[in-house]
Formats: sequence, C-alpha cells, structure tokens
Amino acid sequence: MTAAIVSDVGPAEAEARFRVEQARLRLKRRLLPIAGIVGFILFWAALVYGLHVPPFVAPSPAAVVETLVVNLPKLMENLLPTAIEAVSGFLIGNLAAIVLATVFVHQKSLQEAFFPIVVLINTIPVVAKAPILVLLLGNGMEPKIAIAALICFFPTLVNMVRGLESVNPQAMELMRVLSASKAEVFFKLRLQNSLPYLFSALKIAASTAVIGAIVGEWIGSVTGIGALIIQAMYAFDSAMLYATVVVGSTFSVCFFLLISMIERLMVRWQPPVLH
Amino acid sequence: MTPADTTTAIDCRDLTVRFHTERRAITALEGVSFTLQRGGFLSLLGPSGCGKSTLLRVVADLIAPSQGLVKVLGGTPEQARRERALGFVFQDAALLPWRTALQNVELPLEVGGASRRLPKGAPTPRELLNLVGLEGWEGSLPHELSGGMRQRVSIARALVSAPRILLMDEPFGALDEITRDRLNEELRRIWQEMRTTILFVTHSVYESVFLSEQVLVLAANPGRVKKLVSIDLPRERDLDIRDTEPFVRLAANLRTILGSSSHDRRDRQ
Repeated sequence: MTAAIVSDVGPAEAEARFRVEQARLRLKRRLLPIAGIVGFILFWAALVYGLHVPPFVAPSPAAVVETLVVNLPKLMENLLPTAIEAVSGFLIGNLAAIVLATVFVHQKSLQEAFFPIVVLINTIPVVAKAPILVLLLGNGMEPKIAIAALICFFPTLVNMVRGLESVNPQAMELMRVLSASKAEVFFKLRLQNSLPYLFSALKIAASTAVIGAIVGEWIGSVTGIGALIIQAMYAFDSAMLYATVVVGSTFSVCFFLLISMIERLMVRWQPPVLH
Repeated sequence: MTPADTTTAIDCRDLTVRFHTERRAITALEGVSFTLQRGGFLSLLGPSGCGKSTLLRVVADLIAPSQGLVKVLGGTPEQARRERALGFVFQDAALLPWRTALQNVELPLEVGGASRRLPKGAPTPRELLNLVGLEGWEGSLPHELSGGMRQRVSIARALVSAPRILLMDEPFGALDEITRDRLNEELRRIWQEMRTTILFVTHSVYESVFLSEQVLVLAANPGRVKKLVSIDLPRERDLDIRDTEPFVRLAANLRTILGSSSHDRRDRQ
C-alpha cells in the first residue's frame, strides 16, 4: 500500500519536501558544531565549579571572558607583532617553497642533491630551531618570521612538487603533440594542476605559521602572544593565559578561513582525488 | 618527389619498437609495414599487447622507433607534428579540468609557438563544438559533462588545427555501448565532412568494420601485422548496416583472423 501513497505525491510536492529536508539537514550541520562548543564550555564550567579548582590551576569560563573583555587592548596590542610575524613567515616560506618546487621539477638532479638536506632540516623540532635562529638573527621579529617561514616551507614544498608532477600523462602527451614549450607546459598544465595540492598545504601552513611565531616569542621576547603566554604562566594568571590562547587560536582560525576562501575562488573545478 | 608522396598519408616500413625495462627488453612492434592513403580511414585492430597504441604514438612522434622507417605526409613524424598536421584523441578525454569545454577546444591555439594561429577557412572552436553536437555546453567544466560529452570535446579539440591526419587511441573504449554507437555514427559523418585521414585504434571488431575503409589486424607478443582487410561497404553507413549480410561476413572474417593460431611467429599471410 505504501507504493500507492507515494504515487499520490505530485512532483511539485515531492520537490518541496526534498527542499524542506535539505534545509533541515543544512541547519543541523550548522547547529551541531555550535552545540558541541557550548557543551564543552558547560562541561568545563561544571568541572571548575564542581571540583572547586583554584583559579591559579584553571580558570572558569566566566573568568576567561572577563579577562578577555578587560584586557582586550593589551591582547590586541600583543597580537599585532605575532600576526605580522606569522603572515610574513607564511608568505616568505610558501613563496620559497613554490619557487624551489618549480626548480626541482625542471632540474631533477637539483632535487636529488638538495631534497635530503630539506628533509634533514625539517626533522629538527621547532623548539630546537628557535634558539639557533635567535642566536643567528637577534632578538627582533626576524627570528620569529624565520621560524614561521621554516615551518610553512616543508609541507608546501612536498605538496607543490607532487602537484606539479602528478599531471595526467595523456595531457602531457597532448602538450607534446601540440609542440608546447616547457614554459607553456608549466603555465598551462602543471601550475593549474598543482593548485589543489598547494592549497591543502597552505591551509596547514596557515595555522602552523602562527604556532611558529608563538614558539619564537617564547625565547626572550617581551611582546607578542608567545611572550604573553610565558608571562601569564609565571604569574599563575590562568585566566590571562587562557584568554591569550583564545586570541591566538581565533587569529589562526581566521587566517585558515581566509585561505579557504581564496581557494574556493581560485579552484572552481572539481580536483581529482588527492592521495 | 614521387607521385606516391601526394597520395600517401602514412607510410610505415618494417617498423620495430623495443622498450627496455630493468629486467628485459620488450618488443612492442616487429617488422610492421603498412600504408594509409590520404582521406582514408584505417583501423588498427588487435588484442591488448599487440602494440597498436605504440604504433599510433610512433606516427604522432611520441615514441621513436628502434628500427624501420615512418613517413607522415611525405616527411618525418616530427615535421608533421610541428606543422600541426596531426590531431590526437586519447582514450580518456584528457581534458584540462579547470577549463571549460570551449577553453579546452581553444588550447591548441594557445600553445606551440608559430603553429598557434587558426588556419584560414578552418572552423572555429565554437563551430567545432557544434559539429560534435555540444551547442550550448561551451561554458561547462569537464566534471559537469558525461563521459561521451567529454570525448566529443576532445574530438573537437583534435580538429581545431584542421589536422590532415587524426590519430585516435581507443577513444570510445571507456564508454557505454549506446553512447559508443552514437559516437561511431557521428565520427563517420565528421570524417566525411572534414575530409581528413583517420588512423583509429580499437579492440572492437564491430567498431572497426563499421568505421573504417580498411582494417589492419595485429597479433600480440610481439606486435606484428596479421592481415590488411578492405571493408567494402557503402560510404554512407548507419548503424543498421551492422545487421546486413556483408557486414556480418566481414566481422566474422576479422574474428577468424584474430583467432587464428599464431604459433608461427612469422605468420604474415
């Protein structure tokens, strides 16, 4: 009998039902993450109040919000240098990686000679690279930018090389049949092909660049989110510590979203499945 | 110049191609000879591993032969490629996914230096899309098109430089039978309208009989010529011809040649 009932629904009504269902699913997709965050904050508050956690161990959400509001000018003032370092490092590191990937793809022997060094440098942990760079570059913004750049460099290099190389072999044959030059193959085929790979690296780099800048500021810096974290920790000012972390990660998220938006504008075609 | 130079599109003499891998050398083609007249339609038919795609790539100057002689339009394959005398249609349409259908067809006009101009009197990319039945789809990206439509775009792209020879590497092999039948009919029509020469690779007996004027049957391991069969069917063909007696007889004949014992490696009939 169900079949008879279904056939009673006209196409217009079926489409209307479909749209309602789609809208419901969309709303659900948006609401669930918010519900998760709210639940997490409530759980945190319950723990702090229920277990009578002292404020120097962990603050209540209310205390963090209060600190955020009261100290907003100070937090913003310290976010600025960190943001400059992270964004500069992001630009320098990724640009260097893109250029080097281009060179590697056209000069296989250079890739074989220098790739091991790149891997070696990448294996040094950031916390170990930071003091080396502070000694080399002094105590200003330069070492922080260098750390942020280094941290972005490697994932982008690897992805970019892969994106430039993994072109459809038949498309390469096509370019040869068309007598295309190396530059034409690069700009018409390889570069476009690499964009999805590049953006997946850039999205990782957007958050790691901020981490790099913050870690750089841990070592003998007086301004910046990293310096603020160290100061708050030594002062047992847990509310300030948490507020600083919230500001830093909010910046990371915004940076990430910006890169995602640029990706959506630049890569309108459906990329092949990335492995 | 001998008179043959103006009538012959492709001339292969005793062509051998060997590939070297780390373990051993593979002979993809051995002593292959054939000629294709200008304006002709020749299919290379054979099982996988018979080197039919390799043969196509030698003509397209994508693979250099180990031995033997290839002449394309009286010159070397490289000259033919540089003059844009060759159009190539790949098995997977090989469209650039970030370009619209029209932009994909325009690609040959953007690369390759001196040869990039649209030849005088040649159909424009838009006209070619109409020719392959894609009017109204110019602005679609490849992932918005069906497999058959993508292959239509790639045929239009191969035709954009008005090539004198069209090389097609199992272009309909990945398509469903209904789409394939329709495209077969349209390819016959395009061949007659464009008056081009077509060298077509397939492993379908029916496709080769329906499309071609001649079928070169190849055997595998190593790839070599078994027999050249003329397809004496009317020039105007529609799919119904496949049910006629001459068609069935030709198909049966090809099947026999394909299946005949190849114990004698030198069997050239």
